[in-house]
Amino acid sequence: MNWYGIKAIYIHEMERFRRTLFQSLASPIITTSLYFVVFGSAIGSRITEIDGINYGSYIVPGMIMLTILTQSISNASFAFYFPRFTNTIYEILAAPLSSFEIVLGFVGAAASKSLIIGCVIILTANFFVDVRIDHPLLMMFFLILTSITFALFGFIIGMYAEGFEGLQIIPILIITPLVFLGGSFYSINMLPEFWQKISLLNPVLYLISGFRYSFYEVSDVSLFTSTLTILTILIGCIIFITYTFSKGYRIKD
Amino acid sequence: MKNILEINNVTKFYKNSVKALENVNLNIKEGEIFALLGPNGAGKSTLINSICGIVNFNTGTIKINNMDIVKNYRITRKMTGIVPQELNLESFETVWNNVNYSRGLFGKRPDHNYIEKLLKQLSLWDKKDSKIKELSGGMKRRVLIAKALSHQPKLLFLDEPTASVDVELRKDMWDVVKKLNEDGVTIILTTHYIEEAEELSDRVAVINDGKIILVDEKDKLIKKLGEKTIKIELFEPIEKINGNLSKYNFTLDQTNKIISHTYNLNSNTTDITELLNDVKKDGYEIKDINTEQSSLEEIFIKLIKENNNELVRN
Repeated sequence: MNWYGIKAIYIHEMERFRRTLFQSLASPIITTSLYFVVFGSAIGSRITEIDGINYGSYIVPGMIMLTILTQSISNASFAFYFPRFTNTIYEILAAPLSSFEIVLGFVGAAASKSLIIGCVIILTANFFVDVRIDHPLLMMFFLILTSITFALFGFIIGMYAEGFEGLQIIPILIITPLVFLGGSFYSINMLPEFWQKISLLNPVLYLISGFRYSFYEVSDVSLFTSTLTILTILIGCIIFITYTFSKGYRIKD
Repeated sequence: MKNILEINNVTKFYKNSVKALENVNLNIKEGEIFALLGPNGAGKSTLINSICGIVNFNTGTIKINNMDIVKNYRITRKMTGIVPQELNLESFETVWNNVNYSRGLFGKRPDHNYIEKLLKQLSLWDKKDSKIKELSGGMKRRVLIAKALSHQPKLLFLDEPTASVDVELRKDMWDVVKKLNEDGVTIILTTHYIEEAEELSDRVAVINDGKIILVDEKDKLIKKLGEKTIKIELFEPIEKINGNLSKYNFTLDQTNKIISHTYNLNSNTTDITELLNDVKKDGYEIKDINTEQSSLEEIFIKLIKENNNELVRN
């Protein structure tokens, strides 16, 4: 293993995060605060509790998931696309690094950034509502696994994107709607039966549900199904990346 | 001297089926400066990128220090460094971070003393904390060289190292290249500045349309394919070349005072002593003698023209 190479990529990416620390943290903090104001106060005044949990507290896991998903994808996709755009990728391709090591460096950094942001959101949420974590280890398991999985997904976008616009399309058109419709701010039990069934087709629902269980022991679907879903997406991303790398990363041909 | 790089029958197609390299065979000796000449789009960069692992090639083998670059990529890539043609750098990073990052990528443990020495050698030490965006084009080019040397490679590829740099900086760069070579680094450079190849290289290859059309020692090449012109200035103008001089294919200039004869350096058809004796025998008084030798550039243009004509014929 080229540990120095992995470390170089990881530190290089984290250094970018440090350089833009204010923008990186300010945006999720402000967004979280706005969600609390809009959803917590405006809607929360009408929906006081869901499954016995105060509405403001109920939406915290969903908000964290929303941020983790979008941040993991955007961090990893940008991190890999940017050197492609500036042509500095030549150095990574010429270095004695295996594809696994390249992915480990980029995805590790993207997931780390998301985890930091996730923790900052939990702290921010504490200023607005009571946040209880019944199963901290399970919470960390979901948080880490989701960060890694969606950083891998972002890495794929970074490999395939043909422009900066390409980096935005999937997060805006697919991920954000899936998160909003995946029970971030409500329980699917509140929906009519037809829409409940439709919601079950949304994989993000399972992630949010499992994650929420680790906080309050309430969920829309079983913990096993949630775990299976996140592992399936993770394996899918790994297979896809392995296949793309075996074909020459799309940039070596 | 042993070969540090061996390229055998390498062919490369791009996705759109464009053939970039066709059965390329080339050996590079350890310690030499080798120039790869060719017009734009000839395949120079593709060949270098194939050797360095930046692009995949389709068939053939490439060995560095007798090791296959695909099977033993971890060892062979540690031995190579590449300076790309474009100024591809992270604008917001400092020189120091940029160079240390490159060393890390190549699997070397941090060595601040070596990086300091390297930056001083390349006159970059004062700029170590400057961001890349604050540097001039010449400085950026030096940073690229520092990055390529950060892991102490044995084989350095310079892809058009002095493209779009001024004359002074070009000479500066040449000194850097010569110094590196003296320190034991084998250098392969691509260029279309023939002057550069002439100044730096020990051997030269000419590539055109993805094929190597010639490999030879620079001096031999000039000798083999080069032409020399002897210009004899006479005291008195002459009207016509005749007598003993008619056998030499002389030409007369507009002043009717300078006669010129062009001959191939490799052929033994022109005996200069005899030629000068014949001038004297015909009763001409010589005022001055001047000789001009064809440059690598003229040889290069001639070769490419011949090769293109051959391609059209086929």
